[in-house]
Amino acid sequence: MEGHALPPEEHFITVEPYYEPTGDEIAVFEAAYRNRLPVLLKGPTGCGKTRFMEHMAWRLKRPLITVSCHDDLTASDLVGRYLITADQTVWVDGPLARAVRAGGICYLDEVVEARKDTTVVIHPLADDRRMLPMEKLGLELEASPEFMLAISYNPGYQSVLKELKQSTRQRFVALEFDYPAAPLEQKIVVKETGLDEARAAQLVKLAAMTRNLKGSGLDEGASTRLLVHAGKLMMDGIPPAAACRGAIARALTDEPEMLAAVDELIATIF
Amino acid sequence: MNSSPPSSDVQLSAAELEEQLDELLEAAFTPGRRTNAIAKKLAAHPAEVQRFVLHWCAVTAQTHSQVAYLFARHVLEALETMDRPDVQKWLLHAMDLYDRQGLYPAIAVLKAPKDFAGAGVDHAQGVYLEEITGVLELFLRGLSGRAMKLEPADPPHTDTSTLFLPSRLGRFPAKDDNFRLYKALAVHQWAQTHFGTFFPDLAAELRAYPDPDKARKLYHLLETLRLDAVLARHYPGLAREILSLRGEALPAEFQDAAAELEAPGAGPKQSLEWMENLLAQPLPPPWPYMGELLPERAEAERQQRLRRDKAALQAALAHMQPGAKPASFSLRRENSANEVAADFVLLADGRPVVLDDEVKGLLHSIDLDLGDIPPDYLTPAGGGGYAPAGNPKEKEMAPPEGGYAYNEWDHQRRHYRKNWCTLRELPSGLGDAGYAAEVLGRYGGQVGQIRRVFEALRGEEKLLRAQKNGDDVDLDAAIAARTDLRCGREMTDRVFTRQERLERNIAVLFMVDMSGSTRGWINDAERESLLLMCEGLEKLGDRYAIYGFSGMTRIRCEIFPIKTFAEPYGPEVQRRIAGIEPKDYTRMGAAIRHLTAKLKEVDARTRLLVTLSDGKPDDFNDPYRGVYGIEDTRMALIEAKRAGIHPFCITIDQEARDYLPHMYGAVNYTIVSEVRQLPIKVANIYRKLTT
Repeated sequence: MEGHALPPEEHFITVEPYYEPTGDEIAVFEAAYRNRLPVLLKGPTGCGKTRFMEHMAWRLKRPLITVSCHDDLTASDLVGRYLITADQTVWVDGPLARAVRAGGICYLDEVVEARKDTTVVIHPLADDRRMLPMEKLGLELEASPEFMLAISYNPGYQSVLKELKQSTRQRFVALEFDYPAAPLEQKIVVKETGLDEARAAQLVKLAAMTRNLKGSGLDEGASTRLLVHAGKLMMDGIPPAAACRGAIARALTDEPEMLAAVDELIATIF
Repeated sequence: MNSSPPSSDVQLSAAELEEQLDELLEAAFTPGRRTNAIAKKLAAHPAEVQRFVLHWCAVTAQTHSQVAYLFARHVLEALETMDRPDVQKWLLHAMDLYDRQGLYPAIAVLKAPKDFAGAGVDHAQGVYLEEITGVLELFLRGLSGRAMKLEPADPPHTDTSTLFLPSRLGRFPAKDDNFRLYKALAVHQWAQTHFGTFFPDLAAELRAYPDPDKARKLYHLLETLRLDAVLARHYPGLAREILSLRGEALPAEFQDAAAELEAPGAGPKQSLEWMENLLAQPLPPPWPYMGELLPERAEAERQQRLRRDKAALQAALAHMQPGAKPASFSLRRENSANEVAADFVLLADGRPVVLDDEVKGLLHSIDLDLGDIPPDYLTPAGGGGYAPAGNPKEKEMAPPEGGYAYNEWDHQRRHYRKNWCTLRELPSGLGDAGYAAEVLGRYGGQVGQIRRVFEALRGEEKLLRAQKNGDDVDLDAAIAARTDLRCGREMTDRVFTRQERLERNIAVLFMVDMSGSTRGWINDAERESLLLMCEGLEKLGDRYAIYGFSGMTRIRCEIFPIKTFAEPYGPEVQRRIAGIEPKDYTRMGAAIRHLTAKLKEVDARTRLLVTLSDGKPDDFNDPYRGVYGIEDTRMALIEAKRAGIHPFCITIDQEARDYLPHMYGAVNYTIVSEVRQLPIKVANIYRKLTT
């Protein structure tokens, strides 16, 4: 947790993070920001949600505070807590409270992973009250006008306990993300890795094949992020098939049969 | 546990063996089954072999005792020519035949173990289709984006719907090479259907030549040149492998043809032209991955598909007539930007009607096969009425006594048919008392593992001490921290206690497919899955119930309670699980509605309805087969979701998977392609689903 408690002003992004828009998501996000509406990003892992947030934070010139949610994350991890020091207790703001005070963008990544009590703090912040209740201090923190809340969520998870409740999701402007179309994905791979067009196209073709297997034994197909990993390995001199086996096949699954099938698909291309 | 094979290393005597075999094979109740001679011969073999034979007899007997008996009679003969893993493959091959084609083909294989052994050059390095079907299916699905059906048959060929491959390949001395040949055979056939080898008049064109057989073979060879070049452009690695399997190089006369056919843009018509030019030349020997080109089979399949499509289209049109009077339909082709998939506008008496996906799909399928839609395809089916033949007065039929009445969704009417299905709860049959113990013994290690994993999931109300934050001060920890501080040591900040709430509040209902199509391995796998699940769930503490469903027609939907929520798990439930047997058909909608009502009565935060099934909804001689059934099932699932129930489907469907996301939603189903993995998979899926 301490990692997130850096002063928010250090989270300003000064160099433009590379992002290729796939639709009107930048305009919608900016409009939501102007109107102080919170945003929900939906989409599979590795399709560019976090990169988009970095890009938007740079564009809007606000600090970005990212919290990766996990199943032990409680409301006090977000709001803050008393720490005991030498002879006294000291209040330390959590990442959400810091963002609320400093007018930053707080991004709760994979919000369904967090404990259910986090909704207590998310709900009043996400509607027109824009308040953060700080129970332990007995006060409510009013969000500064520049503050924005964004959460992300992967609807592809097959768990009945990890669904976003209607009462939560209906507070947000939702942006749907998916893997980019082939030409765009190829461009992204080229830009991120420095690979030549032809080999980037091969990686994109392989990704499409693995995405065909979603639901037949794979939970997800290869994400754009995995393609970038494979591309980087290839640029570093690893033979293409070995790079794909390491960065894509083995990252996707442990099942021997599925591994064999994906390896065969890799062999068709390289 | 009487029926289990002995676990000791002691060699058994003929009498002991006979007793065990008699029991396994039900010899006492079946005239003509004599185990005496088998036992005598088996007694001369070491304990290891005896155990092997008894074990597989026991496994096989659960599916069919006659198959098990034949196995026992011929296994020793088989062991003379094959090693044990190959004998096992021989038996599994026979069992699969039994599942797929019935008893007689299975008997034929069991009676002739020598033929099976002699099928390959070197059976130690041979590859069986069964071994690699899983990988190959996934591979083809990845390659083509849709499910391809694989069936064993010789010679290898395709009828444009299914890829037929030999059940075993032993051509090369190395296993890898044999697998590569399988892959090449499959890809070559897929490429034929995908890149236009079977154009509509192919069979007729080839028949017109004086030597149609040679014409066919030559055309196949030329098409292979063209397809390999297409593959090389798209999948260089794959093409390299395929080219390495080519035998002799082609004679010089073929070089010009090769150059033209391998250029981008070449089509099947060019192959046909070159075939005419080269017909005088002697035919070069075929390459091993080519299999056979059977345009007649493809044509027959196409005709069948057309007949099916035509009947389905006419039936659909009958329901789409705007008034009571028969309407006349016509089509207008919209010239869309892409020439591959033309858009159609259907006019009923000159006025456009809305097309649903079913009709659209039919029109495209017919258009692909024929290049146009002939007018006679647009004549609505006779009568134009609603009632399927044989049920003239169905609207007035009231639910018979003692049944539950359920609505059914008619997707074409966009309305419910009121009280359409009659469902009864029937007592389920009791199976063998020893079955559960036998299964749990067989899965010994895995049962333990499932229990442990499920136990770890169990959340309990407990007070967590020494937490970083919490509701109260942990006095012990606080004092220790203060002491540490006074002594100059680093103090901890973990000085709170926190009450951890019981997180799991889940009720799950398993709905088990008892339709006739589950006969064989699938039924075994379902029963084993349920027993393993029960063991796990007992540890976990989630409330659960199990119901089987089957039925025939809408007035005979049947539900068999195996275990209700209130009932404890015990020998009675185990015997009912053992007694689950294939019955009739799968009218899923009514079953889902009935079980949804059951689940609604249970007070739980999360309610799950898990379906174990082997395919899509289906009923006897009824429009329920096809889109109607899928739509009704989908509607029943939507009703369940509205009631706050999470439906999930675990299916062993090998073929059409495309309807599953439509029925269950993109993430609410999973496909287990290998039946034998089902028992372990179900527990894993449940664990993933509820954490």
